[in-house]
Amino acid sequence: MITIVLNGENKTIDDDTNIEQLLQSLSLENKRLAVEINQEIIPRGNFNSHTLNESDKVEIVQAIGGG
Amino acid sequence: MSDTNIDSPLVIAGKTYTSRLLVGTGKYKDNEETRLALDASGAEIITIAIRRTNIGQNPDEPNLLDALPLDKYTLLPNTAGCYTVDDAVRTCKLARELLGGHKLVKLEVLGDEKTLFPDTIETLKAAQILVDDGFDVMVYTNDDPLIAKELENIGCVAVMPLAAPIGSGLGIRNPYNILTIIENAEVPILVDAGVGTASDAAIAMELGCDGILMNTAIAAAQHPVLMASAMKKAIESGREAYLAGRMPKKRFASASSPIEGTFF
Repeated sequence: MITIVLNGENKTIDDDTNIEQLLQSLSLENKRLAVEINQEIIPRGNFNSHTLNESDKVEIVQAIGGG
Repeated sequence: MSDTNIDSPLVIAGKTYTSRLLVGTGKYKDNEETRLALDASGAEIITIAIRRTNIGQNPDEPNLLDALPLDKYTLLPNTAGCYTVDDAVRTCKLARELLGGHKLVKLEVLGDEKTLFPDTIETLKAAQILVDDGFDVMVYTNDDPLIAKELENIGCVAVMPLAAPIGSGLGIRNPYNILTIIENAEVPILVDAGVGTASDAAIAMELGCDGILMNTAIAAAQHPVLMASAMKKAIESGREAYLAGRMPKKRFASASSPIEGTFF
């Protein structure tokens, strides 16, 4: 198991989890969102090839109302 | 061409818009009220914010983008809440990824929590980085003609001076500066922030600005959908009055009916 920081909170996940699997575990697959790991944007096409590492800072963002 | 049709359309980053009212999507009661207010406003460009997704708590919560008819609108992701160049640039890049390569963004780099005034020094830096990276930048700034011109020189596609602090509803506080910014500009100038009611919007348009971006004035009205409709009309009225060219102001009266032919 490894620990990542997901949207500011610690989260323990299995080794070798990729972004696609992380999103599935959060019921967020196929949602309109963008993912950043350690301040680097991960293109949607790389979600199933990009594996998460210990202490990765993961941000999952979406559009909300704003002015 | 008839006298009532002498306007040229609003063009931003090569795209033509009929409506000169741009609206934000924040502070509404729910997605349905947002949808109805946007519809009543006639807006074609709507702003959105980029924020963390709620993890785990409510994955089926309706997403704003799913609730709106997106084919009707040009989305304008903003950098609201950003106080540094890095945060603003990062937000724009996330928005571009989120929206599938979308280039149009609203840049704001704030300097002070109480006034939400822009940090114009950091705004200039962020604008340069974003323009160099290929973004079409609509930039929120102070009502300072020199900074506005510099943002245009950097390559921003529209410059958006404030009328008054964000969410204040105080109306145009410095009409002469807004006028100077408009006269100097070769890109669209849109008043962004500070409009409170329909007359404020009309005054801004009568100065000759190309459009107005507002959020709180509509969302915080007692009846947001009705206010959206009022703003639409005020902007159209103000624009027509600007094009018509108002009469000069005079100190004393000038009779509207002829004196000649009076029988008394």
